[in-house]
Amino acid sequence: MPRVSDSEIERVFREEFGRAVAVLVRSFGDIDIAEEAVQEAFTVAVQRWPETGLPPSPAGWIITTARRRAIDRLRGDAARADRYAKAALMQAERNPIDDGPVQDERLRLIFTCCHPALATEVQIALTLRLLGGLSTVEIARAFIVPEATMAQRIVRAKHKIRDAGIPYRLPASTELAGRLSAVLAVVYLIFNEGYVASSGERLDRPDLCVEAIRLGRILTELMPDEPEVLGLLALMLLVHSRRPSRTTASGDLVLLDDQDRSMWDRSLIAEGQAIVRACLRRNQPGPYQIQAAISAVHSDAQRASDTDWGQILQLYDQLFTVNPTPVVALNRAVALAEVRGAAAALDAVDGLDFPEYYLFHAVRADLLSRVGRNEDARAAYDRAVALTSNAVEQTFLTRARNALPA
Amino acid sequence: MKQYMLSVYHADKGPALEPEVMAKSIRDVDVINAELMAAGAWIFAGGLHNDSTASVVSVKDGAVVTTDGPYAEAKERIGGFWIIQAEDLDAALAWARKATVACLAPIEVRPFQDAPPDA
Repeated sequence: MPRVSDSEIERVFREEFGRAVAVLVRSFGDIDIAEEAVQEAFTVAVQRWPETGLPPSPAGWIITTARRRAIDRLRGDAARADRYAKAALMQAERNPIDDGPVQDERLRLIFTCCHPALATEVQIALTLRLLGGLSTVEIARAFIVPEATMAQRIVRAKHKIRDAGIPYRLPASTELAGRLSAVLAVVYLIFNEGYVASSGERLDRPDLCVEAIRLGRILTELMPDEPEVLGLLALMLLVHSRRPSRTTASGDLVLLDDQDRSMWDRSLIAEGQAIVRACLRRNQPGPYQIQAAISAVHSDAQRASDTDWGQILQLYDQLFTVNPTPVVALNRAVALAEVRGAAAALDAVDGLDFPEYYLFHAVRADLLSRVGRNEDARAAYDRAVALTSNAVEQTFLTRARNALPA
Repeated sequence: MKQYMLSVYHADKGPALEPEVMAKSIRDVDVINAELMAAGAWIFAGGLHNDSTASVVSVKDGAVVTTDGPYAEAKERIGGFWIIQAEDLDAALAWARKATVACLAPIEVRPFQDAPPDA
């Protein structure tokens, strides 16, 4: 009899939780019922699998067990005149689960979790909980909010979905583009929170980056023909490939130019670059694909001095055309400084109105020091330090400020 | 089918609408009403007089009292509402999108607690 370790069950849980919840939400029309039933099925699995070994289809086993348990419980509740239980039971009878291959219902669930009638932080929490299978404790820890706050946020969201009638279905084709961009934004926000933690002692929280990449892979599996879905995955892979070199052993920030490029993860780069090339062949560019292409150009350079800044600047011009935001303009200015010099870049940056964004002041400080305006640079660094809550970034900026010539 | 209340929120103060703008808004609302009825989504709708016409009845120290004025002094107040039935929130939000453009005001969409008896 093959023995099944706890880590094996943990792996199945991570991989199959979202799929199982999605199938059961479809069947019962209720997220709470689905989630509880899947949880319960995994509890049974933890007791049983170490003796019986993994079933041939762990996902199928979980779904069947969860469905049977949920129906048993609902029959009890329906007998006690629970209106929701009756409705869910009726829905389940109308939507039997085929014995054949499990249909993937996760896409519907993603669009429900990222519905525009839910606040962004709620969309993020629901996506991590229902699709990612993260516990409320894990999500609360990742976003540094008290567990009770996060639990309440998730409960409220699930009630809103139920009571307001947020549908569990794919958006109509007329609204797909807008709804898809909300889904991608949620995954990218999770990644970015992992990349630069918005507060705390550590620069990053790599577990969130890994989770975002996992969600990105699920999306590409479910929507293989959406180029922006591919673009987002490529972008996350390429950015994440540089993680080992982004901080020193003591946790200090290292800028791209100064990173030890031999530490970059070659397999992530290869995967990301292959996706970027495939996107170029499709020729339906969008913001995520262009950002991925920029990241791919950085990955191409063996040394920082080999970087093809001309190409990067062109890509930023293209990005600004499709996505004319101040953040893009600021990043474009960084490339502009390499191609046309710090003075030209400073002109571009000074044209931006961005008083509350720490990176605006950090970029400006660097450009000011490069044109020899050290007093102004000092003031800009001070402003940047005051505006970030990440301790590692504060240390980095303070050090740069103190290194300025008197 | 679920039932939703679509409330129209008007700012308390601010310049009055130009007569032709107001006239167009009324026409647009009539169009929405006709569409709601044609779609079988209409249940009820109405516009309200200004909140200076409101009276509040409440229990104070065990006695029922009536006071002049709106219940809460707010910058925005409900100027009218629709009660509609719709398949789900997306359908209700689609009506609200039309309504906010027609009324030139924000629309709050809230679900009713009980499903209609024939659901």
